[in-house]
This record gives sequence, C-alpha cells and structure tokens, in this order.
Amino acid sequence: MVMSSLLAGPAILAAETSEAVHHSDGGVLAAGAWLIVLVPFLAALAIMLFGKRLPRRGAELAVAAVGFVAIYGTVLLLTTWFGDGIVYEGAVKIGQFGGFEIEWAWVVDGLSIMMFFVVGVVSTACFVYAVGYMEGDIRPTAFFASFTLFAGAMLMLVSAANLIQLLIGWELVGVSSYLLIGHYWEQKENSSAGMKAFLVNKIADIGLMIGIIIAAVTVGSFTISTIMEKVVESDAALDDVAVVIAVLLFIGAMGKSAQFPFHVWLPDAMAGPTPVSALMHAATMVTAGVYLTARMFPLFEHMAHEALTLALVIGTITLVIAGLLAIVQNDIKRVLAYSTLSQLGYMVAAMGAGAYTAGLFHLFTHAFFKSLLFLGAGSVIHAVHSNNMTDMGGLRKAMPRTFWTFIIGSAALAGLPPMAGFFSKDEILASFNEGGYPIVLALGVITAFITAFYMTRAVSLTFFGEYKGHGHPHESPAIMTVPMLGLAGAAAVVGFLNVPGITSSFYNLVTTRLVPHELLGEHATSFDFTALALGLTAGVLGIIIGYRLYFPDAATQEERDRLRIPVLWPLLENKYYIDDLYMNGIVNPIKGPVARFINWTNSYIFDFVVNMVGVSTRGLGRFVYGGLDQRGIDLAINQAGAGTGYLGSKLRYIQTGKVQQYAAALFGGALVLVIGFWISIT
Amino acid sequence: MDLGVAQNWFFLIISLLMVAASLVVVTSRNVMHAALMLVGALAGSAALFVLLGAEFVAGVLVLVYIGAIIVLFLFGVMITQVPIGTSRSLDHANRWPAATVAVATFAVLAGSAVAFFGDEEISGFAAVRTSDIGESIFDRFVVPFEVVSFVLLAALIGSIVLARKDPES
Amino acid sequence: MTIAQFLVVSAALFSIGIYGVLIRRNAVLVLLSVELMLAAVNINFVAFGSYFADSTAGGQVFALFIITVAAAEVGIGLAIVLLIFRNRASANIDELDALKW
Repeated sequence: MVMSSLLAGPAILAAETSEAVHHSDGGVLAAGAWLIVLVPFLAALAIMLFGKRLPRRGAELAVAAVGFVAIYGTVLLLTTWFGDGIVYEGAVKIGQFGGFEIEWAWVVDGLSIMMFFVVGVVSTACFVYAVGYMEGDIRPTAFFASFTLFAGAMLMLVSAANLIQLLIGWELVGVSSYLLIGHYWEQKENSSAGMKAFLVNKIADIGLMIGIIIAAVTVGSFTISTIMEKVVESDAALDDVAVVIAVLLFIGAMGKSAQFPFHVWLPDAMAGPTPVSALMHAATMVTAGVYLTARMFPLFEHMAHEALTLALVIGTITLVIAGLLAIVQNDIKRVLAYSTLSQLGYMVAAMGAGAYTAGLFHLFTHAFFKSLLFLGAGSVIHAVHSNNMTDMGGLRKAMPRTFWTFIIGSAALAGLPPMAGFFSKDEILASFNEGGYPIVLALGVITAFITAFYMTRAVSLTFFGEYKGHGHPHESPAIMTVPMLGLAGAAAVVGFLNVPGITSSFYNLVTTRLVPHELLGEHATSFDFTALALGLTAGVLGIIIGYRLYFPDAATQEERDRLRIPVLWPLLENKYYIDDLYMNGIVNPIKGPVARFINWTNSYIFDFVVNMVGVSTRGLGRFVYGGLDQRGIDLAINQAGAGTGYLGSKLRYIQTGKVQQYAAALFGGALVLVIGFWISIT
Repeated sequence: MDLGVAQNWFFLIISLLMVAASLVVVTSRNVMHAALMLVGALAGSAALFVLLGAEFVAGVLVLVYIGAIIVLFLFGVMITQVPIGTSRSLDHANRWPAATVAVATFAVLAGSAVAFFGDEEISGFAAVRTSDIGESIFDRFVVPFEVVSFVLLAALIGSIVLARKDPES
Repeated sequence: MTIAQFLVVSAALFSIGIYGVLIRRNAVLVLLSVELMLAAVNINFVAFGSYFADSTAGGQVFALFIITVAAAEVGIGLAIVLLIFRNRASANIDELDALKW
C-alpha cells in the first residue's frame, strides 16, 4: 500500500543490465499472484467466522489455503525455471483519499518465488501435521485461524513490492506469532513467552521503521524497485545515508531473525505448539530478517559495506554462542531452537560476507530439514508426553518412521553428504574462505563441529538405549508421519539444486531480479576444496565424538561429566546470563526507580492535589446543591418540562392518524419544494 | 395546438372524454360507476398511445387493465360489500384541502410542461414495431425486466398470504 | 401535436387522481384513483418516448413495466383491503387511525 503522491508509481527498472538477461513478465500467473496472499487471509477470516461449525473445526480450510499456496508457488517456480525468469510487479489501487492513493503492490521475481515455494510447501507439511498433532486440543479453531494468518502474513511480507506493505506483513507476523506462542495461555510462562517474543521484536522493529522512513524520505518512494533503481544509479543523496538506512534495516532483521543480542525470544518461543515451532523456525518469521537483507542486498553491497561487516560480525557471534548453548540443553525442542539460531547466524554471516546466494540457499535447505526435525521432535513429544530428553531413549524401535526421518534431518543439519545441509553449509564456508575472513571461517568450522556433536547427542539420547519415560510410546498416526516423510525427501535432494560448478538452478532463480547480477554478490562456480574438507572433517569429527560420549554404553557418566568444564558450563547453562542481564541490567534498574519515583509523586504530589480538589469540590458542591440547583436550575428544568408537556398536549391533535391527511401534507410539501426550486432556477 | 391537423381534433376529443371520465371516477357516489368510468379513462389513454404510435402498449393496456384489473376491482368491490348504488358516505366531508392540493399540482405540472416545452412538436417519430420492443426488453432492459418479474412474483405470493383465511381463526 | 399537450392531459389525470386519493373514504376507490395516477405516468412515458424518438423504445418498455407493477399493486392492495375488511367489517380507511395520538 502506497501513498503515491509521495511515492510516484513503481517505476519498474528498465531491465537493461549489462548481461542483457531476458525476463518474462510471467503472464497471468504472475499477475494473479496476489491470490497467494489473499487466500490465506480469507481462509483465516473464514475460520474465525465459522470454523467452529466445520467438522474438523477449521483445519480443512487452513490446509486447503496453504495447499493452494504450495501449488501456486510450485507452478511459479517451475515456470520461471523452465522458461525465461519471471520478473513482474503488479499493483491494484484499493482506495483513494484525495491525492493519496493506496495501492497494493506485489512483486514476483526469483527471490519472492523461492519464498512462496518454501513457505507454501513447508506450511502445507506443518499444517497437515498439525491436523494430527492438535487432535483434541482445547482451541483448535483459534489455533488454525492464527496459524493461517501467520502463513498469510509471511506471504504478504515476501510478496511486498514496497516497504510499507513489507512492514505490515512484518508486524502481522509478529502479532500472529504472539497469538501462537501464547496458545496455551493458561500457563503464565507461555503467555509471557509470547509477550517476550513480541516485545523483543518490537524493539528491533523501531530500527526497521526508522530505516524505512529515512529511505522513503531520501528516495521519495516506498517502492523497493525505485530504491534499487537509485542504488543502481549510485544516487548521491541515497549514498549519504545508505549506511544508516542499511544498519537500521539490519537491526529490524536482527529482531525477526533472532540475531545476538535479540536472540533471547526464540528459545522461549518453544512454548507454542510444536507445528508452530516447526513453521516459525523454518520457513516463516525467522527467515524474514534474512529475506529483508536479501531483498535490500544491492543497497548493502553497493553503498553500505559497513552494514555488511556488521552483519558478518553479528552473524558470527550468533552462530557460535547459539551452537554452544545447544550442547547443554536437555529439552529436545530447545536443542533445535538453539540450533536454528546458530544456522540463522550462518545465513546472516554469509550475507555479511557478500554471499547472497549462499545465504539464501542455506535458508532454502534449512527450511526443509529444520521443519522436519521439529516435526520429528513433536512426534516424539506426542508419544512420550515430555520435552525432556532424559525421559526418552530407545524410541528407535517404537517409532521407526520418526527415527529415520529424524536421522535424515540430523544428517542434513550436521552437513553430511549428500544431504541438503552439506551443500549449503559448504557454500557458506567457502564464501568465508574466499572473502578472506579466516577467523569467521574458523568459527564457522568449529560450529559445524559443534552442530554435528549436539545433533548426535540428541539422536543418541532420544532414539537409542533404554526407554526412560512412562507408558508405551507409539508411532504417530499417518497424518503426522507423511508430512515428515515428504520433508525428509526434500531435505535429501534439494541440495543438488546448487552444486558449485555443476548445477546453478538456485543461483539463477534468486538472481532473477531487476537488479544487475554484479550487485547480488559473488557466486562460487567450483568447489572450494579447503572449505569442503574443513567442514566435512568437522562434521564427521563432531559425530564421532558425540557418538563416543553419548551413545549408550559408549561412555561412562564420568567421561560425560568431563564436559562440565568449570565456568564455561555454568555460563552455558545460564545462557551467558544474557536473560539475567536484560532482567537485572535493563528491566529492573528501570523498573525500580521508575516505580519509586511514580510512588513518590503519587503520594506527595498527586494525593495532595487530589485531596485539595476533593475538599474544594465538596464545598462547591454544597453551594451548588443548595443555592443553584434546588432554587435556580430545578425551577428552569421543571418549567421547561411543564411547558413542553403543555405544548405537546395541544400539538398532538395534529396527529390525527388519518392517512389521507398525511398524504395531502405530503403532496403539498412536495409542491412547495417544486415551486421553490422553480423560482430559484428562473 | 394547431387545430388544422386532424390528429389534434382526435386528441382534443379523447382528452376531454378522459378528463371527464376520470372526474366521474373520483366524484361518483356509485362505486360501480366509478369503476366503469376508470375503464373509460384507461381506454382514452390507450387511444392516446395509438396517436403516439405505441400500438402494442395500447393493446396491452386494453388487455391487461381493462380486461383483467378492472375485473379484479369489481371483485374487490363485491367482496368488501361496498354499498352498490348511490351512497353518500363514499367521500370525506371536507374536500377543499384536497381540491386545493390537486389544483395546485395540476398548475405546477401543466405550467412547467408548457413553460419548458412550449410549442415543440412531436415530429418524425418512427413507428416502433412490436419486435423492436421485444428485442429491447430482452437486450437493453433485461435486468429491469427480471426485477419486475420478481416483483410480480412477490406480489402474487404476498397477496395469497395476506388474503388467505387464517386456519386458526 | 406538441409534447406539451400530452403532458397537460397527463397532469390533469394525475391531479384528479390525487384528489381522488385524498377524498375517497373507501379503500377500493382510493386504489381506483391510484390507477388514474399510474395511467397519467404511462402517458408521460410514451409521449416522451415518441418525443425523443428513442431507438431502444425505452418509453414504451417502461410503460409496460409500469403496467406490470400496477397489476402487482392492485393485487396486493386488494388483498390488504380484504384483510382490513375481514378484521374490521369495513373498508373505510378513515377508520384506520391507529396512528392517532
């Protein structure tokens, strides 16, 4: 939506790049892509209105909506893949107030198509899974309404052709995530987790909002393609503030993508139902920050390298600290949550290293295997009724499908060939290597080792050894396992879309944009064998050590306890005291004095004023009641009442109830009007 | 009005008859006379239609109004037991306000018609064939036509519901 | 023929109809007067249709529509009159003064 007097039309960039790439406008497919956004919103509305009356309490509508998105996204993907790349910007005017035009504009290009596909497919898997998982839930209708809204908001965000619409989608994602995380709000910690996610995001959003405003004021348009046009032209006015804009936008991205120091909300967001975690950690919400960085990448690359450096540093910090934290968690969902943080760190750091394609590719592959892992974890939790890995063990036999898909997801996350994570992580490490960032490369490799280690730990504790929980766990129903099988298949094969030097489908896809390829970062055309060897070694080593330490009977408790290095271990267990720092360092110091100050003002200033006001009001009241009210006003009011009554008693005889008199008055009145009109025009 | 044209003589005669008949409709003390005079007035308007080249509408008017609706009225008169024959109680006592309104309405309508159109002739109108009307109804005016058909259906059902005897009472 | 002469006749019919509606006590006679008014409107439509030499024959088509609507009106009107008569044993509308003070 655009206020277009300020933001003259979307001025599609003349596609005259140096490479003279031929793009198609996508025809009716791209022109109708607004359906992708509209259908989930309408479905959410429909579920809210009459979901309760449907046999499955609205779940069927939700699945149908995201299924539609998945199909539409796939068709778009195949069309752009096998034809000329689609680049299209559509807009419909949805309102005009004087000079302000409000329009809804959507963009269909390689980047948004990739996101449509990922969001659609992963959502469909999660939604279908949720139908089984939420069976017998207390509020299935509310859940599916907010879940559909969540997907729709993400689609609105990625389809936005201008920053205002992007911001609307961005905030809607925040709101619906709040609803979903706090789905079981009867427990205090769940609703406070939702609140925490919302507030942390909100703080970061301030950066985004200011960045958008500065960008729009500088360029004179909220339309992203117009901003990109200025970037391509190396516009001087934009160049002056580009770093500020880029840093502010990146702060917004840090909030949504849960980068250090805004990462605290993501692990707590586990309070929501597992399908929500799966979707939130894979395709929606956390990818929004990476998407924003990618969408605005030319600005970063061409004019604001300082912001890229910031991204590199933040991403690296996040990937290391989050990876370490994942080691000490006993809650299986928390292991995965910290692992998500760590992988997001990889993506952001890759963006920071200028590797646009590598970062997006990791987003793409990560979406599949991380949602798979979460769905697997949900399946296990469903069977064991506990999040705690110490209550699990030996589930391999009871839940074979969950076990095998979980293994595939873990292998992909650990970066074992030929799983998807291998290719994408390798490409990121290669970009660190080629970009000349040895420290980042080292930390990335170490984290690859850590990743493999904690995943091996999680798999060992969950699926091997003796069952330590209660009851008899059973495999989940087909409605839950089939989506997992589908995602496992995807996690196994999507890596081949971008094998350096062999296939470049993914690179071609995400660079199908109106900006020249030079502004979209470097792309590796062959394997970087140094990075490959380092990454693979780290992964294998991590698995071996993890196996040695945590596989049942492979190590004694004593050996495991050696990991509990003094200082470091407590530090990790307390999440580096960051949450405490925020509580004691920011929230409480502000809260205490503010509370005391308010209390003081309240008791000494306000109370005094209030008391004085009370006393004087009472005195005034006596006077007003006795003097004015009783003798003055009441008299007037009584007289007015009596007068009206008298008048009414006389006038009511006009109301004869005879229709024909009324009709005569009607005709007479009409005649008077006509005559008056006649006189006035002659 | 040019009295040298034969049409105008017809017009004059028909109009005077119409106005006279309609005056009888609103003043007659006999319900039957009033209803029959309405037939005369409507027949006059059908004749005016013929003068205007609207033969089809004139035919429909004769068939539908004079053939059907007047019969309906006569049924209404009989069912509600309006005293047939001369009766004094058909009118209100005070007719002057009504007469004033009616005369004023006539003055305004006729005055404005003369003032705005003056001596403009209806000239050179092409005779509209019935097939043209048919095409127009089902092409240009098909939506109003459908709407009118629904109105008629609703009226049909409505009058059945209203006039039906309540089985309980 | 001038257009005005038709309009004057129509105005005369319409005014006479109004007079009838206002003074008649009997509901059936009121309906008869309403028919007069509708006939006046019909004359207006057909006269203007000829005057403007409308190619879609709009004036005549609408005259037909009005005939239809008038038929519906008579049907409903008589049904109401019948109902009133049944309930009050009279069809005089000046006795229907439930709206009176």
